[in-house]
This record gives sequence, C-alpha cells and structure tokens, in this order.
Amino acid sequence: MIEYTEKIREIAKKLLEEGTVDAFIGYKKGSVPMMNEPVLVRDPADVDVLHWDSNCGLNLCNYLTGRTDKVGILATGCNSRNIVTHVIENQADRERLYIVGVPCTGVINHRAVKRAVKGREITEVVEEPGGERFTVKGPGYEETFEKADFLQLNCATCRHRNPVEYDELVAEEVPEQQAVQAFKDVEKIEQMEPQKKWDFFERAISSCIRCYACRNACPLCYCPTCFVDESKPQWVGKSIDPADTMTFHFLRAYHCAGRCTDCGACERACPVGIPVRQFTKKLNKDCIELFDWEAGLSLDSRPPLDVYRKEDPNDFIR
Amino acid sequence: MSAKIFSKDEWAGVLEGLKDAYEVYVPVKEGDFHNFRPLKEGTRPSFEFQNTRMSPKFLTEPQSERMFEYTLDKNQPDAHILKEDEKEIPPRAVVGIRPCDAFAFQLVKRNFDTPRYKDPYWLKRYEATTFVGLGCNDPCETCFCASAGSGPFDRKGLDVLLYDLGDAYLAQPLTDKGEALLEKTDGGKEADEASWKKAQGLTRQVAGKGSRRVSTDKLREKDVNALYEAPFWEDVAFSCINCGTCTFLCPTCWCFDIQDEVQMLPMVGDRMRNWDSCMFPLFTLHGSGHNPRSSKTERVRQRFMHKLKYYVDKYDDGIQCVGCGRCVQFCPVNIDIREIAEKMNAL
Repeated sequence: MIEYTEKIREIAKKLLEEGTVDAFIGYKKGSVPMMNEPVLVRDPADVDVLHWDSNCGLNLCNYLTGRTDKVGILATGCNSRNIVTHVIENQADRERLYIVGVPCTGVINHRAVKRAVKGREITEVVEEPGGERFTVKGPGYEETFEKADFLQLNCATCRHRNPVEYDELVAEEVPEQQAVQAFKDVEKIEQMEPQKKWDFFERAISSCIRCYACRNACPLCYCPTCFVDESKPQWVGKSIDPADTMTFHFLRAYHCAGRCTDCGACERACPVGIPVRQFTKKLNKDCIELFDWEAGLSLDSRPPLDVYRKEDPNDFIR
Repeated sequence: MSAKIFSKDEWAGVLEGLKDAYEVYVPVKEGDFHNFRPLKEGTRPSFEFQNTRMSPKFLTEPQSERMFEYTLDKNQPDAHILKEDEKEIPPRAVVGIRPCDAFAFQLVKRNFDTPRYKDPYWLKRYEATTFVGLGCNDPCETCFCASAGSGPFDRKGLDVLLYDLGDAYLAQPLTDKGEALLEKTDGGKEADEASWKKAQGLTRQVAGKGSRRVSTDKLREKDVNALYEAPFWEDVAFSCINCGTCTFLCPTCWCFDIQDEVQMLPMVGDRMRNWDSCMFPLFTLHGSGHNPRSSKTERVRQRFMHKLKYYVDKYDDGIQCVGCGRCVQFCPVNIDIREIAEKMNAL
C-alpha cells in the first residue's frame, strides 16, 4: 500500500489549499519499524510528512472525537465503519468531514514479524510497491516475507477492506476476501467447559498492567469519564487484583457490543500482548447471529442495542 | 574478593545455589517477551534477551501493595485503626538486570529517600536487594543509555557486573554487597587474565558500535517558562491516546496513588498503594471536580517537562530517564522521547 502515499499527499494538499478542510488527519512514518504515527496537517506545505504503508494500525477515528473544524481523514474499511459509528452516535458531524477512503490490504502483525526473525533486532522494514512482500532488515540479516502470511489477525479475517463511506478514494477498490471464517477462534472458546473457559480468560488477562492502552486506542471509548475512572461511586478497584482486571476487560467489551468493527487497534496497542479482541469478537459474533448486524456499514441504521425491533430475538424470556 | 568466572553450563546451578541466601529474581521468557520473576521450582531463567518488557522497578515498588488494613465495624475494639501490613522482605538478588535499569533505581531513590522523608516500603526493599547486572553486548536500536548518564556496561547502582563472554559469565564485584553475594556462589573460578581481556574487548566493541546520541546538554540553561510555552506541544501530543504504557513500562516513573478499598459484610478495608500515571486525567483531578491538567496536551507536556526539565533543574544532575527505550518501542502511537528531547534542547 506504500504506493498510496503520493496520492494521499496530493489529495491532502488540494483539500487544504482549496479550503475544503482546515486540517487533515493521516499518518507519518514512524521512528521505529512497523510503527507509524498519527499526524494532523494544517499547512499544505507540510503534506509531505504524510505516509501510508501496511503499518498504519491505529484507528484514526479516535482523533475525530470532539473536533469542531472541517477535517479530512484517511479511512480504511474498518476505520470508515468507525467513522460511520461516530456519526450515528453524534461524535462527529458528517458535514464537516471529508473522508479519503483507503482500500486496504491489511496491516502487518508486527509481533508475528518479530517472532519470525526469532526476536532479533529489526532496524528497517521495507515494503514492496504492490505490497505483496516486505523485507525485514537487522544487524547481519535480511529476510523477505509474504505479507499475506503476516497479517494482523483481524485483517486476515476482514470482510470489509474497502471503505463503506467516503468522499474520494485514493485507489481502485481492492477485492474483498472470500470464504473467510471469521469466528473460528471464538467458536473454540464457546465450546469449552465453563471452567476451561474461565481459565482461558484468566490466563489471557494475567499479564495485564491496567495501562488502558486497549481502551484508549479504541474509537468507541470516548466517554468523558470511563467507568474505571469513576470515583463516586467507584465501580472497579484500581489494583491489579484479577477480579478488577477481569471486570475492566469484560465491561469494556460489553460497552463495545454492536459497535466494534474489529479494527484491531486494541490488540495492536497492548504492550503485553493480551488477545483483547477475543472479548469483543464474541459480541460481534452474537450481533451477527442475533441481529444480522455488523457495525458501521450504513449511516441509516442504528446499532441493535440502541433500537427496539419487534423481530428482535426474545428466546431468553421464558 | 576478586572477580569470578562461571561457565554457562554451571550457571543454572549457581542461580539455584543462591536461593539458600536470597530470594532470586531472574529474567524469564513469557510468550514473546521476558520479565523478571522469582526463581522457584520449575522457573526457567532465560538470559537470551535485550531487555525485559516490564522494568524491574516493581522490585522496590510493586504495581499494587497493601499498606494498611482496618475494620469499620464499630463493635470491634480496633475499629477505624489503621494497622500496618507487616511485610517480610528477605534478602533478594536480581540477576541479569541491565545497567540502565539498575541506574534507574538511583534516580528514583532521590524521591523515596530524602533528608526529610524516607519511604519505608521502597527503602526496605531497596536495601534488601543485591543488584547483579548484565552488561549489554547487544543494545537495542531504541535505547540511548549513553546519552542518559548510563551505558551498556555502566556500573552505577550495581553490586556485581556480569560480562557475557559467550560460553561463560565474568562476574565482577563492585560493592560489599556484591562481594558477599559472590562469596555465597557455588562453583566458578577466579577470573584469569584472558577472561578480563575478553571482557574489555567486549566493552570496547560495544562502545565502538555507538548508541544513538540524544542531545540534552542545553536543557539546564533553558528558561522553564519558554519550554512550557513552546509551540510544539500540541503537535507532539496530537497522536497521544493518554494510555499508561510509557509510564508503566518506564523504570524511572515512580508516581503512585493511595486508595482505600472497602468491602461490606464484614466492613473491612485495605489501604492500597498503586502505580499511577500522569497520562491519566484522574491523576490530577481535584475533589472539587477541577482538573488543572484537563487536556491531553497538558498531560503530555507534563511527562516530558518532568523528566527533561523539572528534574534537571531540581537536582542539577541530568535527566530523569536512563535511555532504556521502552517507551519508544512500545508507545502504541510512536511518540518518541528522543525526538522530543531534541526539540526541547534545540528550542
């Protein structure tokens, strides 16, 4: 996707020069391999800092919350769905947005790359135009990998690579992945005995340090005060007692029910590698099964937990 | 006592032997990364690491610790009386700590051990700990220890320094505590001339590679208000999501919060001390509801001003950072303290 960079700069420049937008939100190349930094550009002269490649893994929709200016923003499939959700939830005004759609072929799983080079230092990752392969360089070695083998787990099972809502696209749409089995991991957990399931969750969160990177990387978490930060009453203890940590993770996931686009930003942000998507994904699966719903696909329909429909399933009432 | 040399074959036994006299902490591989863990039965120490994911600061400041317990039951004679949580802190040894992380304890000590205030929790643990460092043959790309008052083989804050010579460790005692530890080790032999030469060669070789330089030399002379009002803070803070990754991974961030956790039936409570982070809005929220650092730009500025200016001015002894590079490596949005230090230094 590195070839999008030039086009993105060109579009941003035009939008800023013509005054279509006051600011443009994109990425600049990071100072660390496989880590790009979200950036806000105001001056058309600065558009050359903008960069795009397969390491743009944070969700830019985060940066829309509370803005009142006219902004241009890059949006992949999942990011565009979050923007739609933001608009539906009155966190962004569609009229003030200029969405530059990025047909996405997926974000590289930087942890898997690190594993593949056996933990050796990585000094540079070079992506080939077209983006099918990338080369990892470090002291005394150089290895080339197929991107398809190193996609973030959410990208590997993504069914919405193309933006659903945009004003302009940076490139032709990419083919959507066919015959994706998105929920195999969730099914595995669903089939576990209760005790095994509990053990799985306990193990999953055992390394949590309560830094809230997962929550803060999530565009859905825009509450002025999160329930974990409330002090009157205090809902959750602040220590690393597993009961409190578990409460945080589960409640966070439930707050995302019917809203999560599985963008993977939470899992990518976690400094200790917790598979946080396992919590939200179960609820995504439930939403498909119960309400035939995937978040953020249209500006015209509200999320299932936000509306009442006569045909809503009610088998649980007996 | 002079330096000792231990072959790697006997190393596991040496660590095991130390358990008689110390609670021993070693690097352990957990999934994709290493962390320091107590050496227990079944623990597999692993010294194949650049640095641990979490800094070893938990050794003196656990993420959560109970300070007091109490009962609120008025029928109890000791109702509302805080009782200190008595802690047994046996002698401990952390083996394999990187020089940057060991130096961090010296920086943090400035806050916990002052002429006026002595933090008993921190100090008790610090004094009980013997720091056995492991020189860095292969410093990370993201670290800049040599620009932060430390270095790959820096000795500050260490009791013993280990040199990894490939098939053996050369253990050099640096303090009485270090000598005492080496005396308690089984096996090993006195370090010979050849090993010393090898260790010196290693130090030169690593120094020759050179770590990234970060300029901090002008921070002291800068006007604090000018830096505070610098035009770049909004840009620097734009991408920040205000999580606690940088501060929780940082070996020199030491802020904590004290909280009462009370439960009903029976009405008892614990007074806890937990790590806190200046990145969190709650960090400065007043009881009145006012928050003097209500925006993320203010919080981001605080973090960097604290480390790179306020400390520099307060102690006149360098920055409150050892250049371990954890925040650089694991910030989810790639905010890089090296670049910010350069910006501040160049203002």
